[in-house]
Parts: sequence; structure tokens; C-alpha cells
Amino acid sequence: MSNQSLSGVADPIDVAVGFASALRRAGLEVPLASTLLYAQALSVCDVSSRSSLYTAGRCALVHCIEDVDVYDAVFGSYWMGEALKIAGPTTPLSIPLMLNIDDGDDDHSGDEEQPDSNADVMTVRYSATETLATKDFADYSDEELEEARRLMSRLRFGGPLRPSRRLAPARTCSGHLDMRRTVRAAMRAGGEAVRIERRVNSFRPRRLVLLLDVSGSMERYARALLRLLHAAVTGRSRVEAFALGTRLTRLTRELSSRDPDRAMRAASDSVLDWSGGTRLGAGLGCFNDEWGCRGMARGAVVVILSDGWDRGDPHDMSEQMQRLARVAHRVVWVNPLKASVGYAPLARGMAAALPYVDDFVEGHNLDSLERLAELVLTNSTNSRSSLTILGAGVPEVPAVGVRP
Amino acid sequence: MLKPMSAVDLRAVSSVEDVSQGLRDNSYLPDEALATTIYLSLRLKRPLLLEGEPGVGKTEVAKVIADWGGGRLIRLQCYEGIDASQAVYEWDYARQLMHLRAMEATGKARSTNEAELSGELYSERFLVRRPLLEAIASTSGTPAVLLVDEVDRSDDEFEAFLLEVLSDYAITVPEIGTFTAGNPPVVVITSNRTRDVHDALKRRCLYHWVEHPSAQREAQIIRLRAPEVTETLAREVAHAAEAIRSVGLYKPPGVAETIDWARALNLLGGAQLDLAGASATLGALLKYREDRDRVLEHDLAEIVSDAGTAAVRESESGSIGSEPASAGL
Repeated sequence: MSNQSLSGVADPIDVAVGFASALRRAGLEVPLASTLLYAQALSVCDVSSRSSLYTAGRCALVHCIEDVDVYDAVFGSYWMGEALKIAGPTTPLSIPLMLNIDDGDDDHSGDEEQPDSNADVMTVRYSATETLATKDFADYSDEELEEARRLMSRLRFGGPLRPSRRLAPARTCSGHLDMRRTVRAAMRAGGEAVRIERRVNSFRPRRLVLLLDVSGSMERYARALLRLLHAAVTGRSRVEAFALGTRLTRLTRELSSRDPDRAMRAASDSVLDWSGGTRLGAGLGCFNDEWGCRGMARGAVVVILSDGWDRGDPHDMSEQMQRLARVAHRVVWVNPLKASVGYAPLARGMAAALPYVDDFVEGHNLDSLERLAELVLTNSTNSRSSLTILGAGVPEVPAVGVRP
Repeated sequence: MLKPMSAVDLRAVSSVEDVSQGLRDNSYLPDEALATTIYLSLRLKRPLLLEGEPGVGKTEVAKVIADWGGGRLIRLQCYEGIDASQAVYEWDYARQLMHLRAMEATGKARSTNEAELSGELYSERFLVRRPLLEAIASTSGTPAVLLVDEVDRSDDEFEAFLLEVLSDYAITVPEIGTFTAGNPPVVVITSNRTRDVHDALKRRCLYHWVEHPSAQREAQIIRLRAPEVTETLAREVAHAAEAIRSVGLYKPPGVAETIDWARALNLLGGAQLDLAGASATLGALLKYREDRDRVLEHDLAEIVSDAGTAAVRESESGSIGSEPASAGL
């Protein structure tokens, strides 16, 4: 893009359209209305000053803080003639990247953390001969994945309800006085308030937050579970979806397209770290800081889909899980490995997280996801009193404490 | 605080500097980007959408604009379940009933026909104006400032409603007619991003992400808001706060907390920041036990001494004094 300047004769509309299309080429969504707003802004501000030229565009064309980096880059290249460098149309919520591939090393660190566990458990956990229940996602072909997505789209996540502040007409005679309806009825009855109408608080589903682990050890499941996320996001309102890897990526927007192919493509593209290393604790921390504790997880049902394999410090993990559990209504952990015979939550991250988990379920095949949907749907009370463990026989689960 | 004697015509501000100066006169120090965005929002009559960390002074912007322009500040605090009867208007049903009874008792009801009667009942006399209608129907010469606070707490339905009001600055009450704003209010919307505000609403607005201020600016803000605090202490507190924010806390302290901290330190008689005073008053700044532990672990002594050095360096280059910051006080 060539260096441009706003000479006195340039029409603000032309300038705005040119710059807006440069932004669009860089991947920003710029609605026409914003372009017009930008043109108006240009006509009232001092365009000879770099900073007001910059701010005018930023406040009119950019609608969330994540897009500012792209804007900055395009601004630099369009107006200042700098080379365009855009990392990718993703959020800057990055945490330091760990370039470790899960292999060999896993067994090694596993041995370190569990010196007393018998070697069998580790082999079962990471060898290809894992005996999982039939139709494990890991064994799916592409066609079967597609079929699974169709089946998953039938899953309905209703979610536990909570009292809403919104008032609805009541049939009983308790609740707030509904003057509006009372008076309307009285008018019809010749000014006589024959019946006192009432309103009561209605109920609405709690927010559902899904966090999908996309690290290397989850690779075989993540792509199938992404389809579950899509089904949940499009299936009801107030659902948020994130991918947890070496960084945190918000997927709600990408997955909200009803067209499944488009949604999958958009989501896969926006996750830059498929099958990277795992720092679950740090990722959860990032979620807590940026979204969760600020309000998104407050009173919500949080579902974490992960094998619990964490390379970070287990203290981080338990600290972040504790924070999350304090604000969330219910924390559900879906672990695809849980269905394997003889599985015990020995992975450091999993063991650290378990005391703060309300429901610990498997998620390796469609049946188990159906049970998950049911669980999320029905379990509305007594969240803090017991740990629900769903699924095939779990012989021993060490370190499962009841949450204080 | 003294209100400025001559209120400014907000719609006639002619430059970004006017905005900066105006806000500064009312004890708010905007950075240039914020001043530019406010300027554009006033000139283009578009709502201002402010997002940012809690405690960076988003709500304050609306209050200060109201002080500066001399208009009324009308605040609509959003919450879940807020609906039109709480945000726009409501009929005063009790008074309507009473009126009806009174008419019956005096026999007037018999002499008026039904259309007249309902016309009388549904007149402005019995209309309870809620914030949005109040702002639109305001007839005062100076534009009111409408603050829609924490819009992310309301539900989507309400947002759609807000959009309708903000696009035409008009509200229709079926029984009476349409209220159109002769002098559209200055609208400031804030959000904490617990959920995304709808795109359609964002499109109407000028967007600005409010950052934590730089240490220099924060020192000026402290001096402006708490004039009793010495210049040295203000600088040290600002630098210490900046360092503490970078430690990686659950809840990095906002500007209001820094001001509180400076006040607390000042009350304890410190003209300068020292370790004993700082650790005794840390509760003014940090509201989580984990955050407090982290800062203490991270070596508060070092933060304090570094802040001292930075403040000395800054005072040598002389920055607070050169700013006409306290003009409005």
C-alpha cells in the first residue's frame, strides 16, 4: 500500500473507504456504518496530527481491544508506509510458548512425578494399545467425525436454572404486586380492582462456559470435542467456548455460525496452537484473569474438557482451579482418558485439580457426551456437597477430597 | 467542589485541546486518545463506548463531562433483568386509580366520555419518567449526560432496546406520542466485558479502551484528587503502583485505589513512601490475600526503593510542576 496523505482536496469518504478496505484485507470486520462514521470523524478532526488521525480511526473502526494490534499494523503501513506485519487475526492473550512435543518426555516426567506408581498405569495411559470403550473418538475417521457432529448437534444443553431478576406474571398470589396488570384489569371491570395481579422472579439457565484443551496429548479428541462445542454454542444462548493450549483463544464468535463447516474452519484457523505443549494451569489463569473472575464464570457451569496433562507447576493448577471453583456454580471436568481401564487421575494437573471439581466425567465417545449433557442439564443443586463420578468402573480414585 | 461558573457548550467545542483542558479543569486527566474520542463523540453526536479494566475511571468520564458542560448527569445502572419499565417509563398506576376514584366520587366521571377519560388518565401527569426518557425528554438548554453504566450486566433484549433509543434519540409512548430529543444527550456507555456487547450497538458508538494511566499521569491524578498529598509521595505512590500492577495480580489496583493508598499514607504522616508505611497500608491497594502475599513475596522493599529512585529522577526533570494541572481547584 502506498504512502498517502490527506491533502486539502481529498474527499473524506474516499479516504475512509480506502483505509477501511485495507483493514478488511487484514482481516478486520469493518461494517459500512463504521466507515461512514470514520469519514465524519475525519471531517471534524485535525487530520494533520498523526495522533488524532490515529485515534479517529481507532474509535470509529475498531470495536474491541483485540483488534487494536491489527489496526496499528494497518495504520502504520497505510499512512506511514511501514511494512505490514500482522501475526494473525487473533487475540493478544498469549502466554509464553513452550515448544515441547508430547512424546517420550511425557513418560519421563510422569515417572518423576509418580515414582511410586506402577509402570503399568503409565503404559496404559500413553501407549497405542489403550483399551477404550467402543467407538472411541480417537478411532474415528473423517466421515465418522462428520457423522458424530450431526449426532452431537442433537445434544441439548439446558443447564441448571437460577433465579433471574426478570419478573414474570405469577399464577399464585405471592410475589411483587403487578400494578400494570392489576390496573388494566380494573379498567376493564369498571375501575374495580377485582383481582390483584402479581409478578415473581423467573428462572433462566446459568451461563455455560466450555474450555477445550487443544494440546498435543488431547489431539485425538480435541477435533471431535470441538464439534461438541459448536453444538453447545449454537444450541442455546449464554454459552461461551474457549480453546486452551499454549495460549487462550476465545472461540464463541467463530463457533456461533450455524453453518457447521464454516464454524469448524473459523475455529480451527483461530486456534494457532493445535497440538502444542500444555500449560493448563497458566491457561486457566489467563482465563480467570481476562474473563472468568471478571464475571463470565460467576455463577456459571464451567466444563473443562481435558486429559489433565499439565507441564506447569501443579501449585499453579490448584491455585487457578480454586479461584475458578470459588466463582463458578459448578465445575465439570470431562476427561476422555477416564474411560480407559484402570485409569486413575495420576497426571499432576489432574490430581491437583480434582479437589475443586464437582463432577468428573468421561468424554471419549458419544454415549458419554450424552451423559454429560444430561448432567449439565439436570444437576442443579447440592453442587458443593459431593463429587459426582460418572462412567465406567473407576477402581480407585486417589486424592479426591470433598471441597472445603 | 466548586462548579465552574461558566458552563461550556459541549456541542460547540472546537478542538481536542478544548476537551483536554475542560476535563482537566474538572479534575480529570485524560490521555490524548481519550480526549480525541470524547471530542469526536461530542461533535458527531455519537455515544461513547468505554471498556477497560475495572477501576481505570470509565464511569468518572461521564461525571466529569456533566460537570464540565453543566448539564444534568442521568445515570442508568444496568443489571440483569432490567426492562423498559425501569429504564424508560412507567405509568403511575396507583395515582391513576386514585384519580379515577376521585372523578367517580365527584361525579365527573359520569359527565366525561370514555375517550376523554382515558386521555386524562394516560397523560404526562401520570407518567413516571425513568432515566432514558428523562434524558431524551429533557428540555434544558444544556445537553444532559446519560451514563449507561455496566451495560454488559443487562440482557441482550435490553441492549436491543437501548439501540433503538440511541439511534433516533426518540422514544414512543403509545398512549401519548413520541418524545424526540431537541437537544440530544451526551451518551456514555461503559462495559466490563463480562460478555460481548452486541455488534449493532457497537457500530453506533465510538469505542475506546481505557488503560491504566502512566506513572507520571497517575501522580498528577493523585495530586489533583488528593491535594494534601505531597508531590514526592504522589510520584512514589504512582511508581510503586505501576510496579505492583506488573507483578501479575488477580486484581491489579485501579486509580481509585492508588488515590486511597496515597491518602492513607499521608494520614499516617509520611511525606515519603517507606517500607513500614507501605506494608501497613497495603490493604488500601490490594483486596485479595493472595495478591498481598504475592507483592510481599515479590519484595515490597525493592518496589518501594525503586519507586523512590524513579520519583527523584522524575522530579529532577520536573514534570508535575510544569503542567497546569491544578487549574480547576
